[in-house]
Amino acid sequence: MTFGTAQIWTVIIGLGLGSFLLRLSFLGIIGNRELPEWVLRHLRYTAVAIMPGMITPLILFPQAAGGALDPVRISAAVATIAISFLTKSAVLTIFGGAAVLFGLHFGIG
Amino acid sequence: MTNSRDYWQGFKDGTPFILLILPFGAVFGIVATESGLNILETMGFSVLVIAGAAQFVALQMMLDNAPVLIVLAASLAVNLRMAMYSASLAPHLGAMSWWRRSIVAYFMVDQSYAASVLKYEQNPDMSHSQKFAYYMGVVTPICPVWYMATWAGAALGTAVPSGLPIDFVVPITFLALIVPMLRTLAHVIAALVSIIGVLVFSFMPFNLGLLVAAVLAMMAGAETERRMTRARQGQV
Repeated sequence: MTFGTAQIWTVIIGLGLGSFLLRLSFLGIIGNRELPEWVLRHLRYTAVAIMPGMITPLILFPQAAGGALDPVRISAAVATIAISFLTKSAVLTIFGGAAVLFGLHFGIG
Repeated sequence: MTNSRDYWQGFKDGTPFILLILPFGAVFGIVATESGLNILETMGFSVLVIAGAAQFVALQMMLDNAPVLIVLAASLAVNLRMAMYSASLAPHLGAMSWWRRSIVAYFMVDQSYAASVLKYEQNPDMSHSQKFAYYMGVVTPICPVWYMATWAGAALGTAVPSGLPIDFVVPITFLALIVPMLRTLAHVIAALVSIIGVLVFSFMPFNLGLLVAAVLAMMAGAETERRMTRARQGQV
């Protein structure tokens, strides 16, 4: 890396400030104003519209496995979804999913 | 504190994400110092930015010696989703003071957003201060652990064994957030459009395909809800 101290801190502060403004954006602008029903109806689906798309490439094309389908990771994903449906518990889902992941990793690998 | 019950409920709901935050904070600390950043600069990232994915993108592009403006544009693009989270939280937390809204903004990460918005929608009777207390409860075990793990990685270095499928803890923890959200047909359809959309638009640069997919998924969810509501009313 050829970045000097000034450049490094420009990136840190720029990214920190920019991220903060993105996070504050609508919380700040909208404030306590009432939003129209059609806007609220769209916002209700924000989380479920972003997060599945975020992790789809991580599940199907994991970089750590060379970007190809990996039986250990796919099986762990399916098991995690099943545990979440059955237990409705984030703790059991996360630890159960991780247990399946590492269990298969050491079992197969 | 009168809302301590909500705070501790949030704390309990945020705690399992330590399994994600701990290794990834440590990996960021290790990678950043190995890339040539000192501890202060590494901690500057984790304290001032608190956004793992964006931090890793910025670091990678700095290693590639990209111009500063390009580094900023690419890493901020990864965080554009935070503006959508902000809009989604506004109906719940927007009426609070600027001070409190700024605190919410600073601590806004995927886990605090997702856990909180799910809680708020299941409990529409919560007051603003109860919602704020819950949010602060969720971030308490997450954000300080992010700082500490980064520091430990930067200071202690290369103790993480290689070859472990540790990358996959990310989707596992996200699945734990997503599955409980699939409460109605409209939520399921939005999730499916998100998945298909991100694959279809994967050619777009700077992660923008995800945002396009997300907007389409929100429209699909909202439209499904509208039709289902109308169908129900038609039957009455």
